[in-house]
Amino acid sequence: MTTELYLKLTQFYQDYAASIDLEEWDSWFNMFTDDCIYKIQSRENYDRDLPMAALSLEGKGMLKDRIYGVTETIFHDPYMQKHVVSAPRVISSSEDFIDAQANYSVFRTKNDGIAEVFNVGRYVDRFVIDGDSLLLQSRVCVFDNDMILNSLIYPI
Amino acid sequence: MNNQELLSETEWKFDDTSKIPFWAYTNKGIYEKELKNIFYKKHWCYVGLEAEIPEPGDFKRTVIGERSVIMVRNEQGEIHVVENICAHRGMRFCRKKHGNAQSFVCPYHQWNYTLEGDLQGVPFRRGVKQDGQVKGGMPKDFKPKEHGLTQLKVAQRGGVVFASFDHDVESFEDFLGPEMLHYFDRMFNGRKLKVLGYNKQRIPGNWKLMMENIKDPYHPGLLHTWFVTFGLWRADNRSELKMDEHYRHAAMISTRGSGGKNEQTTNVSSFKEEMQLNDPRFLDVQPEEWWDGPTAVMMTVFPSVILQQQVNSVSTRHIQPNGNGSFDFVWTHFGYEDDTPELTERRLRQANLFGPAGFVSADDGEVIEFSQEGFEAKKDYQTLVELGGRDIEHTDHMVSETLIRGMYDYWRKQMGV
Repeated sequence: MTTELYLKLTQFYQDYAASIDLEEWDSWFNMFTDDCIYKIQSRENYDRDLPMAALSLEGKGMLKDRIYGVTETIFHDPYMQKHVVSAPRVISSSEDFIDAQANYSVFRTKNDGIAEVFNVGRYVDRFVIDGDSLLLQSRVCVFDNDMILNSLIYPI
Repeated sequence: MNNQELLSETEWKFDDTSKIPFWAYTNKGIYEKELKNIFYKKHWCYVGLEAEIPEPGDFKRTVIGERSVIMVRNEQGEIHVVENICAHRGMRFCRKKHGNAQSFVCPYHQWNYTLEGDLQGVPFRRGVKQDGQVKGGMPKDFKPKEHGLTQLKVAQRGGVVFASFDHDVESFEDFLGPEMLHYFDRMFNGRKLKVLGYNKQRIPGNWKLMMENIKDPYHPGLLHTWFVTFGLWRADNRSELKMDEHYRHAAMISTRGSGGKNEQTTNVSSFKEEMQLNDPRFLDVQPEEWWDGPTAVMMTVFPSVILQQQVNSVSTRHIQPNGNGSFDFVWTHFGYEDDTPELTERRLRQANLFGPAGFVSADDGEVIEFSQEGFEAKKDYQTLVELGGRDIEHTDHMVSETLIRGMYDYWRKQMGV
């Protein structure tokens, strides 16, 4: 992998985190391919090859439906998110694909509250190299927490 | 403050259970009494599915009330449930969530138990030989059979495992009663279950609020805007509310209608007539023969578990209290051994509606948290449960809080309040 591509990959991880933290949902789902997979899954299920996930979306349509739910229908305490994402670890790369992983921590701050550690895990990703840009074909957010702190509304 | 002092503030000042005092959710003495009188006595509590421990030696660690227990399959294939407390120094020796073992060993002093919980090995039980003399060891009258792990009574039905610390508990069938047993057997009709995985959430509210949530058919069409927006819920859907003779367990049974939407059936201010899912697969339902009519049956088995059938999504939801103001809520999603891969996909897709991130379940955890906030700040106040009147009765509609009134009628008898 060229240095240039690695920098692009690094920038992608940070852009992804920023688009969620800033609730720029259009730019969030535009980072995925049309036939993408997006999952938020406990490490327990992931490690035991159990398919259940807290959220399991296939295709950009489902991502859009999730955002509609998040912004219009799900009642929840408002909160802000702040993602801290590590440098990506490239597992393998070819002309068309990159398999990479990165650790993340998500801090949640409610309206009357103080930041708390909400979710800690690892992105397990497959990117498609599409000309000059990268797109996520698959992102599985594998989280270590045994318990989700009440409810998980926004993407991570 | 001791429990006696704490309990002195707990007088039921109402004629019936159409009002519920906030202290039922906030009082620590009441909570301790619930553990003792309900979770550890006279009730069957959910521990898991047989399919979670298919092989001899397989075990799963779980909880009843606040007590850690282990569900295990022995060499002969029988399921036992033992408490995760070493008889020696009281240690919660089992730290793995699941695994396979030939025996249980407490690492502290290597006390060794069979999978049924019988003590079979105590290091240095007969002391050490030194200078021709035996020194130390357990007293001569030490009887291993008096120092096993606490063994629970076990009930299995349709692949589901319940246990009780109370060996005098009535049979599981009597505990459920014929009406509830019918709905239990509908979902667990003998086919082998296939575990799809878990979702777990910690909800900062009293555990009873989750039982009440699933005994409250008033809220789904009002809180869960998603249900209404996409036409999954209508107030005039054909539905029934049923209970056992003690009113402790209940079932909300409903059959999805096919009529259009209008203001009368929704009553939701944010309702949007034109909304369509970008991806309708979330609601791509495949009717199954075993439903025998109803498209959703939500069962509360008091005090520990909710059994969910919402179209193709089936799960158990295990209530694990940890204090008066918090509980862990563990969802085990499953399917059946004869499911086609397509049906399994449907169950997984529809699971997006449920659990801590679910389109319609995330709201439930949130409102429970905020109810508890209300209770904690105003302990001499009360909730109001008068929808559908003040009586306790079966209904053939959803506009009633009768199941909550029923549960508290039973609860008061168990608690002596």
